[in-house]
Amino acid sequence: MEILSGLANGFAVALDPVNLFWCFVGVFLGTVVGILPGLGPPATIAMLLPLTFHMQPAGAIIMLAGIYYGAKYGGSTTSILMNVPGESASVVTCLDGYQMARKGRAGAALGIAAIASFIAGTVGVLGLMLVAPPISRLALSFSSPEYFGLMSLGLALVVLLAGRSIVKALLAALVGLWIASVGTDLFSSTSRFTFGRLELLSGIDFIVVAIGVFALGEVLANMETQEETQLIPVPKGLRNLLPTLQDLKDCRFAFLNGSVLGFLVGALPGGGSTIASFLSYGLEKAVSRRRDQFGTGVIEGVAAPEGANNSETGGALVPLLTLGIPGSGTTAILLAALVLWGFKPGPLFIPENPALFWGLVASMYIGNVMLLILNLPLVPLFAQVLRMPAYVLYPLILGVSMIGVYSVSGSLFDLALLLVFGLLGYLMRKLDYPAAPLILGLALGAGMERALRQSLMMSEGSLAILVSRPISAAMLSLAVVVLLIPFVGRFNAWRVRAIEQE
Amino acid sequence: MEEETRKAGDLWSGVVLLALGAYIVFEASRWEYLGADGPGAGFFPTWYGIAMVGLAILLIASHVRQRPSVEKRIAWPRVGRALAVWLALAASVALAKPLGFLLSFALLTFFIVAAMYRRPVKVAASVALAGAAGIYLAFPLALGVSLPVGVFGF
Repeated sequence: MEILSGLANGFAVALDPVNLFWCFVGVFLGTVVGILPGLGPPATIAMLLPLTFHMQPAGAIIMLAGIYYGAKYGGSTTSILMNVPGESASVVTCLDGYQMARKGRAGAALGIAAIASFIAGTVGVLGLMLVAPPISRLALSFSSPEYFGLMSLGLALVVLLAGRSIVKALLAALVGLWIASVGTDLFSSTSRFTFGRLELLSGIDFIVVAIGVFALGEVLANMETQEETQLIPVPKGLRNLLPTLQDLKDCRFAFLNGSVLGFLVGALPGGGSTIASFLSYGLEKAVSRRRDQFGTGVIEGVAAPEGANNSETGGALVPLLTLGIPGSGTTAILLAALVLWGFKPGPLFIPENPALFWGLVASMYIGNVMLLILNLPLVPLFAQVLRMPAYVLYPLILGVSMIGVYSVSGSLFDLALLLVFGLLGYLMRKLDYPAAPLILGLALGAGMERALRQSLMMSEGSLAILVSRPISAAMLSLAVVVLLIPFVGRFNAWRVRAIEQE
Repeated sequence: MEEETRKAGDLWSGVVLLALGAYIVFEASRWEYLGADGPGAGFFPTWYGIAMVGLAILLIASHVRQRPSVEKRIAWPRVGRALAVWLALAASVALAKPLGFLLSFALLTFFIVAAMYRRPVKVAASVALAGAAGIYLAFPLALGVSLPVGVFGF
């Protein structure tokens, strides 16, 4: 009953013409970003975040979330037509999607990708709606030690699944913690790591790091070559984009598999949509009667991963909104957005901001319908985005990135910092250091330090408080187990396989 | 070649991170570690600094242990392209104050199109002008975002 009334209020918020407009802008931009290889949702959300400061928070979060899940719809278009994933979550769609396109079934592949995304995306939102409120109530009993344990576990999971080398992933997370420490310590007013610069006393803005590492890093990496990829023509007319009844029948289990697995993996910090799509593809292949044909253009091989990467969004928002723990780079940026707008994601977020939470949930139902409409009849139009020359696109991304940073503080010093973090992002890509742990370390750093110090103040300096309380003890033990997984041969082989697929 | 670049980079990034970790621990040692009110400003950085030093040593050690027999080469032309764009971007940031954002952005765009993508000067100039105009229309004009204004008044 509580859920139904919340949802009714949510639809009242989401159907407000202004919010409806921002929802459309978000899913539209998301689709474009998803289609464009080399520009991902974290970079786009980071670039646009400063521009949302003048917006109503409901409209702003609806738009940014629209970019997040809209990109997953768009990503499949590039995978199917070019054999190049528009974003990392669509890597696995290349396997069967491109083969279908080569066999003249691009329309059916694009159609089933949109339908699977719609079904699983809607199931993911349903999961978010049903699971988030009870988790939020459970988390109300959490205190500083539990939060420290939870954040440590979240960071450990992201480190585990972020890169081939656990040492590099851990180092990236530690650099994130260090960047989070720059500035004035709020407990003691001590200036830390400011190098004598007044500009650093208030710390390094999250936006500067996020835009630098994601947007600039991506552009610099893409500037290394001038390669052009061949685009397979998109069939015109809605009829040519609709899968046959047999196709839909073949995809029955894929829809279910993608929906459930995607949500569960999404709710796990560090899981992410790429892992979700690969697991879903693997499961589909394992149970299929024609598993030997996977990779040659099997329609379930498109439906399962596309469903999973969309359902994952709903799951990923559960720990973010109820515990304040982001599980990926993109959700870390969404966390920063909520904090910048004056909200505190965590157990009190839903009770204190019901209109915002339920408005977001309702907007995701509406956004999924918008995306289905955009991605079925209009996909040939969106595919034209791929014809935009790189020499037009990349300078524009650089310009918007600089404006995004400058608009936050009006400081040229922040633009100089942007250059530093852009170079860092590029070098991290070159040297195989994952960016997600750094961004997560930065997003969680201040909270982790605060939780640890408050815990030790509660216990008068005794670290035993972290292991004497059952929930924090369980979380920290799990975090240790998670970090030990790479040292267990069999588990590590699975971990590396999952990451290498990315 | 990519793999070789990465392996060579492991050593150097390990050394840089080792130095950063040592710097963090050194700086943190100057701040209060544990006081009457609980942990001080140096408590948390000390621990992650130590962890960084340990992990960096591990990274360097694993590089030295698994030293490949082939000579390591870096794809310098590719890296050079990326670094050239980064330098152009740095110049654009430096010129944003004297020339204004729009002009410095137009120059950056011109450089990328003409020098990095080898497009004719006319095309580069058109893209640069259109890009700067688009930025002006979208941000200062439509969204009211203020950008650095230079000696030319824009």
